[in-house]
Amino acid sequence: MPKVSMTVNGKAVSAEVEGRTLLVQLLRDQLGMTGTHVGCDTSQCGACVVHVDGRSVKACTMLASQAEGSQVTTIEGLAKDGKLHPMQEAFRDNHGLQCGFCTPGMIMSALELVKHKPNPSEHEVRDWLEGNLCRCTGYHNIVKSIQAGAAAMRGGK
Amino acid sequence: MALQMGASVRRVEDYRFITGQGTYVDDINRPGQSYAVFVRSPHAHAKIKSIDTSKAAKAPGVVAVFTGKDTAADKVGGLICGWVVKSKDGQPHKAPAHPVLALDTVRYVGDHVAMVIADTLGQAKDAAELVEVDYDVLTPVIDPVAAVKAGAPLLHADAPGNVCYDWELGDKAATEAAFKSAAHVVKLDLYNNRLIPNAMEPRAAIGEYDRATDTLTCYSTSQNPHVLRLILCAFIYGMPEHKLRVVAPDVGGGFGSKIFCYAEETACTWAAKKINRAVKWTAERSESFMSDAHGRDHQTHAELAVDKDGKFLGLRVSTVANLGAYLSTFATCVPSYLYATLLAGQYTTPAIYAEVKTAFTNTAPVDAYRGAGRPEATYVVERIVEIAARQLKMDPAELRRRNFIAPGAFPYQTPVALQYDSGNYNLALSEALKLADYAGFQARRAESERRGKLRGIGFAAYIEACGIAPSAVVGSLGCGVGLWESAQVRFNPTGSVLVYTGSHSHGQGHETTFAQVVADKFGIPIENIEIVHGDTSKVPMGMGTYGSRSLAVGGSAIVRACDKLIEKGKKIAAHLLEASVQDIEFAEGNFKVAGTDKSVPIGQVVFTSYVPHNYPKDLEPGFEESGFYDPLNFTYPAGTHIAEVEIDPDTGVIAVVNWAAVDDFGKIVNPMIVEGQVHGGIAQGIGQALLEGAVYDKESGQLLTGSFMDYTMPRADDLPSFKVGTTETPCPHNPLGVKGCGEAGAIAAPAALMNAITDALGTEIDMPATQEKVWRAAQNRRMRAAAE
Repeated sequence: MPKVSMTVNGKAVSAEVEGRTLLVQLLRDQLGMTGTHVGCDTSQCGACVVHVDGRSVKACTMLASQAEGSQVTTIEGLAKDGKLHPMQEAFRDNHGLQCGFCTPGMIMSALELVKHKPNPSEHEVRDWLEGNLCRCTGYHNIVKSIQAGAAAMRGGK
Repeated sequence: MALQMGASVRRVEDYRFITGQGTYVDDINRPGQSYAVFVRSPHAHAKIKSIDTSKAAKAPGVVAVFTGKDTAADKVGGLICGWVVKSKDGQPHKAPAHPVLALDTVRYVGDHVAMVIADTLGQAKDAAELVEVDYDVLTPVIDPVAAVKAGAPLLHADAPGNVCYDWELGDKAATEAAFKSAAHVVKLDLYNNRLIPNAMEPRAAIGEYDRATDTLTCYSTSQNPHVLRLILCAFIYGMPEHKLRVVAPDVGGGFGSKIFCYAEETACTWAAKKINRAVKWTAERSESFMSDAHGRDHQTHAELAVDKDGKFLGLRVSTVANLGAYLSTFATCVPSYLYATLLAGQYTTPAIYAEVKTAFTNTAPVDAYRGAGRPEATYVVERIVEIAARQLKMDPAELRRRNFIAPGAFPYQTPVALQYDSGNYNLALSEALKLADYAGFQARRAESERRGKLRGIGFAAYIEACGIAPSAVVGSLGCGVGLWESAQVRFNPTGSVLVYTGSHSHGQGHETTFAQVVADKFGIPIENIEIVHGDTSKVPMGMGTYGSRSLAVGGSAIVRACDKLIEKGKKIAAHLLEASVQDIEFAEGNFKVAGTDKSVPIGQVVFTSYVPHNYPKDLEPGFEESGFYDPLNFTYPAGTHIAEVEIDPDTGVIAVVNWAAVDDFGKIVNPMIVEGQVHGGIAQGIGQALLEGAVYDKESGQLLTGSFMDYTMPRADDLPSFKVGTTETPCPHNPLGVKGCGEAGAIAAPAALMNAITDALGTEIDMPATQEKVWRAAQNRRMRAAAE
């Protein structure tokens, strides 16, 4: 089996994978990083969003071998030195999650939005989230969380 | 210390979820585990002529291939339905066999035909492709009304005419008489669309066998692990309950669909013993679409008799409900006792008669989905009341007011079995009118018209029966189990508290809400309390989470256990303080001799109970008690939701521009969590009204909406932000005064939204109000207007 090597959350990793192994399968099944979730089989739900070389990617839509040599960040890599990322804090402060299953994808996706729009409007947040499904929250508090997280990241908390 | 009750405490459980440390079933891997893939029927209805597993069995990595013959040989029982509903003629419902793996017939697309187990998931999938099944394809029947007509294809030989039951509730003669005296009769035909629950976490299971102790473990995405254990042991495997442990760890949403005992966890756990290896299965989303229990799917005709002053005289309702190919665990009670008993709504309608015929069809089993029966009832009542207001040219709020049960009328006996305990319906309506700025609606409508848009407003004054349920009552109605809840509260010697609850949290935030209740009870910090749930080897007993019952029933069981501990603490404190037990009071964490400044903190009392060197002679050591709570009545959350829409007649696009919800949930422990529950419920209700609908091809029985690309889930940009308010009439019969908030939004929203949409369009359409339907209706409206 071919071997792939990449950096995940700042750590060099390598693993033998089948050609058909998806990035999300490598992360979950071989590297044991189960924070990235699989909620569908058609790349609709966004529970598996991670960052690959600084861009948000649905890890169910990318082969592990395509991430060869990449820098991958997952939800497990956001908190630094035991301190939560402001977007994580915002989700907790604003009750932006219930069952928690879509949450890692929501947070990772939100970070990409904030990169492009540091001060997103409600409309921009709702529009951006078209690739992330949540069945619990009705999105109301997710939208609030992302706006609050963006504000905290701007330093204007 | 500040009271926790009523405070929006941040959730205890969130840290693990926002850092990716949650542990869902698919995150668990057991040593040496194998992977199962199910071979499913591609046909809606077919005889199995033969199954050839020989090629699959020889494929790389394959450990075993099982079919219905193997489960039958091992005397694995069929899946059961736990609620007996009797037909009009007194006969119990028809309960055809529901094998775990099909024996000779498949009855829906996705039905389980074989199970392939291999070393890796990839190998299991590859081998599943090699299982050869020879089918003799039969004609399917999809529509429940068609299914119960003469000559329809028959699903089960022991269910003639595909009828499961033909049931009635209410006084038929009194209702007929009411219609004879009516000034107006309002009629409505409606379809309550079939839904697919789609919790974001797909179902999953791991079966594991321990030879040393001859014990099975089933990791399952379950809302009620103890109920699953009971069903698997007592009805399916025929094994002692103490030999099976069910673990339901973090579960990613349920909405009813994870109440039930399904074929997959049953087969995995059975197979684990068979091959002496852990067996793991995780549903792909397409499997969830095909084989999770669906919801709703009612066809209803309703008539409302109204007098000349707008008072409701009688309601008669006739429903055909689809139960799918087999009976799921609680399928029978949903379109009967959870539905027709709510047809009184918030009104004094004196005579009600309902009849419900349930049908077997070649579709996935249908069972409880968020609200379960009560959204269907609310949809009937609140749609027909709104239409009555239009026909009588009355303000819909005024018509409702005229018929509301008055705040002083409780307890109120409805003509359809339930006795409402408390409520103030007019107050919730009035608050909702303010929140929605109802007074300003006509101006907003005129403004929309100037821009060529159609604006509409719609109400739903819903009621639900929650806190399920008094065991004796449901027992008399055919339920096979008691619906109490249990709790165990244990102090450690150093003062921290473990609370074991039979309720199960799959997003509801019990670890926070329950801890708030316990913190207040003992006057201790919330950080010192841990809520434990979801493991039958830790939690002594339980009935699980559904029917908005966790706080009302499970929380009350916790209160009971806490009260017992306080009583015990008083005895220990009396000993330490050299006072009489009768003189000891407990408040804010201290046991105190009444009228003195002599007191001892609870921490010292707890420590003394475990280090009983100076201790009452006749008292057991330790500080741990159990509590069981069986509710005295259902709880009756109620309220009014008002939806406002603006429709673009050129495109059929509906913008939900305003949503005002005022709910009475009784006492509220954590307002933040309650609001979140309301938001989520409304979103699912809006999904039903606007977007969602499970569609089977009527000829072939293929599921046409089998993925997120075909079944429209509500997305962030489909929904507005919600205005949420509450009123409070405490539940008079549970110690917390709570009513339950989990289902209200899903119950109220479809009726409110369809009332708004049909108000804007001036014509009736059925759910889901898709862009195409709305565009056509808007065009017809234009043509009518042009013709006038």
